[in-house]
Amino acid sequence: MKPSSFSYAIRDALRSLWRNRFMSLASVATVAISLLVLGSAWLLVMNTHHLAKVMESELEINVYLKNEVTREQALALKEQFAAIPGTAEVVFVSREEGLKTLEQRFGKGTDLLEALGGSNPLPDMYRLKALAAEEVPRIAGDAGKIPGVEKVRYGQGFVEKLLSLTRWLRVSGIVAIFAVALAAVFLIATTIRLTVYARRHEVAIMKLVGATNWYIRWPFFLEGMIIGFVGALISVASLYLFYSKLTENIALTISFLPVMTDKQVLFDILKNLLILGTGLGALGSAISLRRFLKI
Amino acid sequence: MFNVSKTYNGEARVDALCDINLHIKKGEFVFIVGPSGAGKSTLARLMIREELPTKGQIMIDGRSIIRMKEREVPYLRRKIGFIFQDFRLLMDRTVYENVAFALEALEVPRSVVRERVPAVLEMVGLGDKLNSYPYQLSGGQQQRVCIARAVVNDPLIIIADEPTGNLDPDTSWGIMSILAAINKRGTTIVTATHDREIVDRMKRRVIALSEGRIVRDDERGAY
Repeated sequence: MKPSSFSYAIRDALRSLWRNRFMSLASVATVAISLLVLGSAWLLVMNTHHLAKVMESELEINVYLKNEVTREQALALKEQFAAIPGTAEVVFVSREEGLKTLEQRFGKGTDLLEALGGSNPLPDMYRLKALAAEEVPRIAGDAGKIPGVEKVRYGQGFVEKLLSLTRWLRVSGIVAIFAVALAAVFLIATTIRLTVYARRHEVAIMKLVGATNWYIRWPFFLEGMIIGFVGALISVASLYLFYSKLTENIALTISFLPVMTDKQVLFDILKNLLILGTGLGALGSAISLRRFLKI
Repeated sequence: MFNVSKTYNGEARVDALCDINLHIKKGEFVFIVGPSGAGKSTLARLMIREELPTKGQIMIDGRSIIRMKEREVPYLRRKIGFIFQDFRLLMDRTVYENVAFALEALEVPRSVVRERVPAVLEMVGLGDKLNSYPYQLSGGQQQRVCIARAVVNDPLIIIADEPTGNLDPDTSWGIMSILAAINKRGTTIVTATHDREIVDRMKRRVIALSEGRIVRDDERGAY
C-alpha cells in the first residue's frame, strides 16, 4: 500500500466517522457498555479468586508432639516434616511459646502458669503450611505417620467444604466471563455491521471503479479500531475510577473483606479490555465487510 | 482491443443471453438495443465481471476475464469506465469528491488527483460545480458527473447501461455528445439503450438483442 493511499484511508475513516456520527456514537457506546459489563464481571471474578486464595492461604496444619519427646528429638523432627512433599513452611512452636500466645490471648497480666499450678499442659508442636490448599489433607495424613506425633489438626471437614466452594467459585467465574465476553463480541459485531451496512453502496461503487479489496478494507479497519478504542477507553476509565473508589470504601468500612487492591492485576485487566475493544472493532468491520466485497 | 465471444445460459432458468458472439474493435462506438429484458444489462454486467457467464469466454484487451483471478478483477475494472442509469453517485460527497474517489481508489497520488479531476469536470461542462452535492444537481448534471468519474482514469472502454434512461431528450442528446467526444479520443464506447431517437441520430454500429439473442448487427444502423 502506497503512503498516499494510507493517508486517503485515514482521511476516509475520519470523514466517515464524522458523517455517520450518530452511528459512530452508538457504536462507541455499545463497545463501552459491553466492555464495562465484561470488565465488571472480570473484576468480580478476580476478587472471588483473591478471596478464595486468601482463605486458603490461612489454612495451617497443627502437629502436636507426644509429651515424652525431648526437645532435641523434637527439633530434629523438623527435617522430616520439611521432607513431606508439598509443605511450604515448617515452624516449630515450643510449649513455652504456645503458653505465651495463649496468655496474650487472655489478656495482659494473666499468669496462666500459676493458674495451672506450675505445670505447662501444652505439648511442643509444629505448624505446617501447604503450597496448595488441596494438599492440606494429604500432608496432614503424612505428618501423622511420623513417629513422635501425637495428633494432627487442620480443621477437618471445614477444609474440604472450603476447597469445594473455592473450586466452584473459580469454575463458575470463568464460565461467567466467557458468557459475558461472547455477548460483548456479538453486540459489538452487530453494531459495526450496521455501520458497514449503511455504506454498502459506497463499497459497491468502489469495487466497480476498480479499487482493490485491501484499499476498501483499510478505512473500515481504521474506523472499527477507532470506535473500539474509544469505547474501550471510556469503559476502562470508568472501571478504574469506580474500582478505586470501591476498594477505598471497602477498606474503610468492611476492612475484613479482602479485596484485590493489586494495581498490576487491575492494569492488566484494563489493558486487555483496551486491546479487546480495538481488536473487536477492527475484526468486526472486516468480517461485516466481507459480504459486500463479493462483487 | 479484441473481445467478446460468449455463450451464456442464464440464471434461475431464465436464459438472459444465449450464444452471443460479438467482436467490438478498439475505438468503436456501439449501441446495444432491444426491449427490456432482452439481456442488455446482463451483457454490460458480464463485461465488467460483475457476474460470470455460465458458459463461454470473454476477452478484453487480449485477456480472458473468465479465467482471471479474483484479485486481478480490480485491474480489469480500471480499464473500463462504467456509467449507470441511476448514476450511483455518493450523495454525501461533493462532485469533486465523487470523481476524485475513482482516482484515489486506484492509489493515484494526490497531486495528480488535484490536477485531473477539475480538468475532467471542465470537459463535461461542470467546471463550476466542483463543490456542489449531487442532490443539488439536475439529472443530466448528475449523469455528467458519472461520466467524469468513468473517464477520469482514461479507460480503454466505457460501458454505459441506459445512460439516458432517466433523462429528457435534450439532456440525453447532451450526454451523447459528450460520449461521442470521448469516443473521438480513441476510447471504445458500448452503450446499452432503448432510446430510439438517440440511436437513429448517432448513426453508429447497432447490435439488437431480443430474448437473449443477437437479432441484428448493423454498421451505421438505426434502432
